[in-house]
Amino acid sequence: MILHEFLSFELLRVVWWALLGVLLIGFALTDGFDMGVGALLPFVGHNDVERRVVINTIGPVWEGNQVWFILGGGAIFAAWPPLYAVSFSGFYLAMFAVLAALILRPVGFKYRSKRDSQRWRNGWDWALFVGGAAPALLFGVAVGNVLLGVPFHLTEDLMPMYDGTFYGKFLGLLHPFAILTGVVSLSMLLMHGAAWLTLKTEGMVQIRARNIGTIAGIVAAVTYALAGVWLAFGIDGFQIVGEVVKDGPSNPLHSEVTRGGSWLAAYTARPWIAIAPIMGFAGIALAVRGLREGFEVSTLLWSKLAITGIIASVGLTMFPFILPSTVDPNSSLTVWDSSSSHLTLFVMLVMALIFMPIILAYTAWVYKVLWGKVTEEDVTGHSDSVY
Amino acid sequence: MELDLVELSRLQFAMTAMYHFLFVPLTLGLSILVAIMETVYVMSNRPIWRQMTKFWGTLFGINFVLGVATGITMEFQFGMNWSYYSHYVGDIFGAPLAVEGLMAFFLEATFVGLFFFGWDKLSKVAHMIVAWLVAIGSNFSALWILIANGWMQNPVGAEFNPDTMRMEMTSFFEVVFNEVAQAKFVHTVSAGYVTASVFVLGVSAWYMLKGRHIELARRSIAVAASFGLASALSVVVLGDESGYSASHTQKMKLAAIEAMWETHDAPAPFTLVGFPDKEARETHYAVEIPWAMGLIGTRSLTKEIPGINDLVEQAEEKVRSGIIAYDALMTIREQRDATPEAVRLSFEEHSADLGFAFLLKRYVDDPREATEAQIAQAAEDTIPGVAPLFWAFRIMVGLGFSFIAVMAYFFFMANFRTMQFPRWALRLAVIIIPTPWLAAELGWFVAEFGRQPWTVDGVLPTALSASHLSVGDLLITLAGFVTFYSVLFVIEMSLMVKYIRKGPYMDVAETDAWMERHEHRLRTHDGKGPFADPSDPRTSGATPAE
Repeated sequence: MILHEFLSFELLRVVWWALLGVLLIGFALTDGFDMGVGALLPFVGHNDVERRVVINTIGPVWEGNQVWFILGGGAIFAAWPPLYAVSFSGFYLAMFAVLAALILRPVGFKYRSKRDSQRWRNGWDWALFVGGAAPALLFGVAVGNVLLGVPFHLTEDLMPMYDGTFYGKFLGLLHPFAILTGVVSLSMLLMHGAAWLTLKTEGMVQIRARNIGTIAGIVAAVTYALAGVWLAFGIDGFQIVGEVVKDGPSNPLHSEVTRGGSWLAAYTARPWIAIAPIMGFAGIALAVRGLREGFEVSTLLWSKLAITGIIASVGLTMFPFILPSTVDPNSSLTVWDSSSSHLTLFVMLVMALIFMPIILAYTAWVYKVLWGKVTEEDVTGHSDSVY
Repeated sequence: MELDLVELSRLQFAMTAMYHFLFVPLTLGLSILVAIMETVYVMSNRPIWRQMTKFWGTLFGINFVLGVATGITMEFQFGMNWSYYSHYVGDIFGAPLAVEGLMAFFLEATFVGLFFFGWDKLSKVAHMIVAWLVAIGSNFSALWILIANGWMQNPVGAEFNPDTMRMEMTSFFEVVFNEVAQAKFVHTVSAGYVTASVFVLGVSAWYMLKGRHIELARRSIAVAASFGLASALSVVVLGDESGYSASHTQKMKLAAIEAMWETHDAPAPFTLVGFPDKEARETHYAVEIPWAMGLIGTRSLTKEIPGINDLVEQAEEKVRSGIIAYDALMTIREQRDATPEAVRLSFEEHSADLGFAFLLKRYVDDPREATEAQIAQAAEDTIPGVAPLFWAFRIMVGLGFSFIAVMAYFFFMANFRTMQFPRWALRLAVIIIPTPWLAAELGWFVAEFGRQPWTVDGVLPTALSASHLSVGDLLITLAGFVTFYSVLFVIEMSLMVKYIRKGPYMDVAETDAWMERHEHRLRTHDGKGPFADPSDPRTSGATPAE
């Protein structure tokens, strides 16, 4: 294989850094409304029929949406092995909580309607609530911790070691800043779920969703702004010292990193990245207006813009850092030293370029087939092909 | 404590993987059986086939969801519990997992929703295509997972890079077309087809015993027995192929499965039963079939299959060679910019054995300081648990052959004896429902326990692969998984039983309309196509079914 030499290692690393963002955003845009809807379920649906309407808006699509998460995991493994190794083991118990919540969700969707008992169904409704709200919150907490830096170091053999006890590894994640970013994430996805329900439902369910969504949108904007201010004044950034080798071997220990300066210095170095937070705030504002006015398609699109902007702003602010280390800054993972090999990045890019368009095409077709509102008649009418 | 952590991590992985594989085989096979049934429906237009598609589809759905849910754990557990493994081989191992997501999992998961929700939204042909896409997606998924797993058994297309302290891919082509992976893929999906066939056969037999849903049960048995017979033959043939590839890729695993302590003059005999004794290094009361092992393993009468004792000796040489590689690696690391050429050359010569030096890390921090006793012990460690492998393999193979017999019997009765099944045969079909799962789990046990002490054969020892978590962390998640998974299992089984007892949703109006139409067609020729939709008022005049 000589082909991969045509694209430089440096370029491939940047492309895969961008694709990592695309996958995370893809996950948040699709599975994000599933999580939002799950978290909204007990509050927008007050009886079984209403709740079934809510569940059936995402019934046919959640499985496909969830693959963004699985693919995200696979792509991090393939393109950023050290990130995969350090982050999931470092956040071990938090990851377990996320997995448990995400396992609860599919089971809840599928099994809730299989028995008529009210207790059975109420139980699953709360399971779906946890399955939606807990990951939405925890993903935000994880992002907050990444910005704060994580207490790990790599040995000479590049074996990840984690500093700190149980407290440091689990409860330690609940730093006030991380809780704040958790709230950003949760409220953002609640808004997104509400925007989805505005499009797919009618009547009381839609009105309740729009009301809660409006509040969630406002909370998202306020907490996102607060997190920005905190980042500007309360949290040190990281910097690579000396010459930055962009096409060297993927060994984090080869570069020297110090803590200092502000993450937000990125906005003076690369002013164009301000577009991301602007998209975030503008998207929220327009989505909230859409929720108030009852616009349907456009609200969902503005909500997507907001999420894209917010997630992109984190990545662009940190670039080239991916996972900084507080206890040993030299171990920090960056775009230039924690990727796969040149060949693997190239092969995976070819695979992504072949399959992503196909995936997007058939996903779009499925959404087109399912286009339209889910009504109470739909769920009470043909009981064997709905949840 | 170090050892405990690794053992707990292994236990958790084995448990979650084996639990995941309770659902996967049925998904693999039932997705195809359901698609076949729907195809018959589209071609024949007979409502009974639609009812069959929906009925087996419902059971497929209850099973599928837990396969998906427990698969989430698998995707992330490498990073959570096997972080050094993830770092060390992620460059190769991660790629098939990511391609699995891109090529297969998206396909099956996107269309499975439409399969259940699309009955009223799609044309019949479009819905049938959706069913096939789900089946193809599931099976492609297995392909890429087994390419990843095949690489752990036979790590081709990769080499160690001292700068990054990990294995890196040299040829994607070799990784994908790894002979071990290809044989394993067909063997594993065929096992899934057998599982689903036995399941459909057993449930249908239960209906026949109860005198319920006879029409559905008979047709289901006909489909399951034909598909099951072909698959059961395929499992055994490809299992043999796996054995053949193991004879040149994983010699120690093969020798352990056969409890072959000494190298035997070719062609070696096959030990049918016996009691392997690792301490004494012999198999007591062995009953042997002359020549059989040599023929299966090498497909010749002249090639030798090395025994365990010889392989341990070879391993000891590799440990010594690995120590040289390790020494060179340390020098390379210390003098990164100015490594002497001789050291580089020495490393290249011995780097294939580097993993064997890592076996010493259990006993000594720096393998270069290992004593003779430790080197001998490391070589000894390359023997996996012989007796469990020996027995697990024999039970699996025995079950495999018995599936052929059962399927052949039902195939014969269904096709040549007008479906008059004796009651004992129907009872047998019900009783054997769990056995394909047992065979499949034993198969994984043989494959993965037989790979020990390695996570990647000859490259990375299991003891080194685990994350440096605390034992407390592991106990929390282990307890969590056991509790959580047990509850889910009880719920899943109760729903399965409930829906099997409930039986298919019989649409009487639809069936009557079709029969009316059918009889009308037999009596007259009104010029309407034989495939006209009976539920369509324009062609049949009957009220639509739903």
